[in-house]
Amino acid sequence: MSAAAKPEVILEVENLVKHFPIDKGLFAKGERKVHAVNGISFQLHRGETLGLVGESGCGKSTAGRTIIRLYDATSGQVRYKGKNVYDLNARDMMGVRSDIQMIFQDPYASLNPRMTVGDIIGEALDIHRLASGQKRTDRIYELLETVGLNPEHANRFPHEFSGGQRQRIGIARSLAVDPKVIICDEPISALDVSIQAQIVNMLEDLQEKLGLTYLFIAHDLSMVKHISHRIAVMYLGRIVELTSSSDLYGQPLHPYTQALLSAIPIPDPDVEMKRQRIVLQGTVPSPIDPPSGCYFRTRCPQAQDICAQKVPELLDRGSEHFVACHFA
Amino acid sequence: MSLPVDAFTPLQHELKAEVINRPSTTLWQDAWRRFKLNPLAMGGLVVLSAIVLFALVGPFFSHFDYKTNDLESVNLFPNWVHPFGTDELGRDILTRVMFGARISLAIGFGSVLINLTIGIFYGGISGYLGGRVDNVMQRIIDIIFSVPDLLYVILLMVVLGSGLGNIFIVLGIANWVPMARIVRGQILSLREQEFVLAARTLGAGTKRILMKHLLPNSVGQIIVVAALQIPAAIFMEAFLSFIGLGVQPPLVSLGSMAASGRLNIPSYPHSLLFPAGMIAVLMLAFNFVGDGLRDAFDPKMRK
Repeated sequence: MSAAAKPEVILEVENLVKHFPIDKGLFAKGERKVHAVNGISFQLHRGETLGLVGESGCGKSTAGRTIIRLYDATSGQVRYKGKNVYDLNARDMMGVRSDIQMIFQDPYASLNPRMTVGDIIGEALDIHRLASGQKRTDRIYELLETVGLNPEHANRFPHEFSGGQRQRIGIARSLAVDPKVIICDEPISALDVSIQAQIVNMLEDLQEKLGLTYLFIAHDLSMVKHISHRIAVMYLGRIVELTSSSDLYGQPLHPYTQALLSAIPIPDPDVEMKRQRIVLQGTVPSPIDPPSGCYFRTRCPQAQDICAQKVPELLDRGSEHFVACHFA
Repeated sequence: MSLPVDAFTPLQHELKAEVINRPSTTLWQDAWRRFKLNPLAMGGLVVLSAIVLFALVGPFFSHFDYKTNDLESVNLFPNWVHPFGTDELGRDILTRVMFGARISLAIGFGSVLINLTIGIFYGGISGYLGGRVDNVMQRIIDIIFSVPDLLYVILLMVVLGSGLGNIFIVLGIANWVPMARIVRGQILSLREQEFVLAARTLGAGTKRILMKHLLPNSVGQIIVVAALQIPAAIFMEAFLSFIGLGVQPPLVSLGSMAASGRLNIPSYPHSLLFPAGMIAVLMLAFNFVGDGLRDAFDPKMRK
């Protein structure tokens, strides 16, 4: 991303909050809840890839699913083309559904085992009435070719394909409606390393060819670095750092990001020997009862009194490098 | 040792898109392939087909009917004219067993059809809506489940009166609860699967998600439960007829035949032996087929 031209914002997330109640019984009071996403805000620029990283359970998948309205947000807004998607009626929502699509994590669970590959991809065309008859078949073949699969396989069932091939089918399904934004929910973490590279390269090619915008959710830092223009780091449902890929890896400012980056192995034995790891103490606090103030303070080596009292805001520390830390 | 470079020639091959060699199989074909490998299940299926043929076609080849009395040939032991003998009113037991098996099969399939309809509907709604609705619906099921079904089957029969139609209704009502639970469990676990989420991100409506995604993936489980409920319904009908609450004369059922045969055990054991044997064979066959279906649809459940 060049800093000179002001990039066009295609999707804007503002103070998005998603809490799940946990007492679900008939007589539950519904007071305790899981704080999955706790007020995240970011902008997605047209044509970019924004990486969303964090460890398991930090709310990154929930954030993705809430943005696409699989879950209704507890509060906050997601604005697509200036309109809050949570305010849209069913008809306008269908329009957004064809513009924002999702690629799922588990290629074994994300394809209906009772449908042929052709019908899985064709379902998108049926729902949005995009094509029928011969045109539908042609479009399915075209999509299969786009993702590097043999069109002859349209009549086969998902269980006949390998993990990488299945993930391609999932990608073809999301492309069927000509989306503008694709939320990739850990699309490669269930695949072999060699297949991961294939899929990531294909996603990059598609982005270039079709002008797609990606929100790329992942926990593999080196892969995210490779594909993302900008990266947001999440911890316990909040974004702690958001900046360009090179800035994040070059000079991480948040202590959590620093610890996270120090955990990446370096593929050079001499350098790897000298690698200094920042080992965090303790474990991630429970999202049912998160700590006051800064969520990271319980494990932060730099924590002071102010961290327990005040929630650090995500502020620009120069050249679009946003950090949520009192000492950045 | 080193080889000269010109000893190698490049392998000539074209780069093609990946090809799948295995012929395409649907889940049904896979299940049938596994079912065929199970000798008990296949045996059950053969016996069952024979009984169905015996019950449906058999009476056309019989010289007797099931209700006409013949007081000149009362309580005959099996012979060439009456292979299974006759009962205390001179009726041919073979013909009566055929008709009894007909009724048993009709009850088995008919009542399961009723509880299938109620169960899928109730379980589908409960599982799909989830949350509070599910909670209330499941508590209702718990209450029904906590009453022994024999108790209210008998009570219902007494209230409604005995007769073939009422047996259908009562057995249908009695057995929908386990079916509803299975369907609900399936829907509940499938609902959160990523392929359902994918359909929702595409904008699929409730009807499409239920009909195209949730129910087709529960069909295997539903068939297995239904197949194991059929023998239970048949046995329940035989039991009701045995205690006199079921099918009324002149209609005949395996249960009522066994009941009247029971009185003559010391002198004419064949009049109990044949209907009771038929019930046993029918139950065994259905259970073997049901178990075979379970293993075929879900090989992991075998242990």
